[in-house]
Amino acid sequence: MPLTYPNLTLIPIPGAIPAWKGLIEPEQLLPVCLKVAEGGGRLVALWGSDERQNAGGFALQVALVTEAGLICLCVALEEAQPVYPNLSLIFPAALRMQRAAQDLLGIVATDSPDKRKWLRHGAWHGFPLRKDYAVAPIDEADAYPFVRVEGNGVHEIPVGPVHAGTIEPGHFRFSIVGERVLRLEERLGYTHKGIEKRFEQLSLQQGAKLAGRIAGDSSVAYAWAYAMAAESIAQLTPSAHSLWLRALLLERERIANHLGDLGYLGNDVAFTFGFSQFWILKEQLLRNNAAVFGHRYLMDLIIPGGVAVELSKSSILYDECTLLEKQVKLLRGIYEEHAGMQDRFIGAGLVAPKLAAQLGLCGMAGRASAQAWDARVQFACAPYDQLDVQMATHRNGDVAARVIVRFDELFESLRLQREILNHLTTGSTVPLLKLPGNGFGIGMVEGWRGEILVAIHTDREGNVARVHPHDPSWQNWPVLEHAVLDNIVPDFPLINKSFNLSYTGQDL
Amino acid sequence: MYPIIKQIIRTGIVTEAAPLADEAMRLQPQRLQEEILRLLGSALCIRHVDAGSCNGCELEIHSVNNAHYNIEGLGIKFVASPRHADMLLVTGPVSRHMATALRRTYDATPEPKLVVAIGDCSRDGGIFCAGGAENYAILGGVAEVIPVDVLVTGCPPTPTAILQGILTAISRQASFSP
Repeated sequence: MPLTYPNLTLIPIPGAIPAWKGLIEPEQLLPVCLKVAEGGGRLVALWGSDERQNAGGFALQVALVTEAGLICLCVALEEAQPVYPNLSLIFPAALRMQRAAQDLLGIVATDSPDKRKWLRHGAWHGFPLRKDYAVAPIDEADAYPFVRVEGNGVHEIPVGPVHAGTIEPGHFRFSIVGERVLRLEERLGYTHKGIEKRFEQLSLQQGAKLAGRIAGDSSVAYAWAYAMAAESIAQLTPSAHSLWLRALLLERERIANHLGDLGYLGNDVAFTFGFSQFWILKEQLLRNNAAVFGHRYLMDLIIPGGVAVELSKSSILYDECTLLEKQVKLLRGIYEEHAGMQDRFIGAGLVAPKLAAQLGLCGMAGRASAQAWDARVQFACAPYDQLDVQMATHRNGDVAARVIVRFDELFESLRLQREILNHLTTGSTVPLLKLPGNGFGIGMVEGWRGEILVAIHTDREGNVARVHPHDPSWQNWPVLEHAVLDNIVPDFPLINKSFNLSYTGQDL
Repeated sequence: MYPIIKQIIRTGIVTEAAPLADEAMRLQPQRLQEEILRLLGSALCIRHVDAGSCNGCELEIHSVNNAHYNIEGLGIKFVASPRHADMLLVTGPVSRHMATALRRTYDATPEPKLVVAIGDCSRDGGIFCAGGAENYAILGGVAEVIPVDVLVTGCPPTPTAILQGILTAISRQASFSP
């Protein structure tokens, strides 16, 4: 049992990840969260659901993680007054998730220190995740009250939503003195695509395709987490063969993104050689993806029940490992010896381990600030239970540390890819088409950016009634606001890239 | 310095021949004069706008800049402001939250402001509103907001297809049948 608390009964959720669920009274929520936090646990996700056609009212869902596994708490909320206590004093990362739940479902955290909208700008009315929602587009003036910093010589730089580079849209409001950043305030939600509502219109199998497009750079991780959640409800264990293939795809997604980021981190300190070299390697990997799996970004290959692909030409992948190991080693040497580069990397965008723990920094960026969490290690589901994944961590918490963790993880993923190829067997997949009624399932996968969680609720007939995908960027975006403090504005692109957070993954 | 130079020499030139224009991608007849096309063809500036994509198309736009496709080798470069751009490269289903920004970006772009829409979502909203489904957060394809000259389909389209779309927008059109 991950947690004992008076009157709290936790029931195990079947599935690949150790997880429990429990109903909890609103007044118990804060003490239970506090207990989890004091034990070193974290908040993973927070969302709401409309239960008016089931038990009545609304429900708040809170997913916490401890060393033992996931704890999914469900709080029933009254229809007339759907309120719950604010969690942000225990878990600061809860704040934006609470604001999003208010925007989308109309459930309210009382005493919230920030009552501004988050995912809703001035383009639609009402609460879309309510079952009786009627589409109501509007064209309201979109005024967002940014926090003003005042004083002698302070001025603001508004950036975005359309940015100068080829990146996703979001708004950054810098308050600066001279070149130094006094405050950064992010405003996101521009790419809000109604993904959670969209899931409710799709079948289980169509939903797998949508899951793969929540964030195109983490397509495999989302599709796997979605499949894992569905399989958890159906109490189905996919064939060993499909699990090995999923791990191969997930590691390839990690390798591709780390290669791309290491190239861009070179580019952002004007070392275009790094960009050219790493992106040649990435292109070769993507071409191998197309040749072996039929898609450069491995989309639509993982389906509930197993995989929709066979591995035919594994020799290409062994050769690729050899090539990448050699080339990345050489490039790492060049990066580490390059004084100008290290001068920009070291000390920039610092997040000290203590701050990282307080704010709940997670995933790859968390590991670079001594937050030793990796779902492949702590909750090693098959086939990771046979792979002995070595977690990469660092204590410095600056851009340089995030570069080092990326390099370490890249080599580890290449080692894992070899191991996985050695283990691969042939097998088949029986697609999972229908889920049992009134189910709740959860999946968590360590994507390249961090832990990706997908929760699925089914209705009485077993249709998908609610899907909540959670990106680690929810936790890490607010930390970026701290990481840039006291840095100079021209270092922002570098610091931002060293986190490389998802806009679409948190905008939903 | 020596290892860097050695690696550059060892890598050699990996750039491949650019694809040819594909008139099938065109949604509107070529609006530009021969002379302008000749000038643009040797120095085209592009502003990218993500109007709500899943970031998949962005990954492939990045790839177009890699040494294999080497778009800058063709005299085409990405610029930081729409005011410097001849062309907008727009991805994504247009989210309602991005519609104003997209329109303003278009307004800020000087004529002839060619528009190339990238990806299945940019055509009709893609998976986010397939089958005519109503989505409260999405306006639809790019053409719902600004005129589109060329459409590149795919999820995401390959870098070759993206390059082809860009080159089609500045090609001398032989015939047009919408």
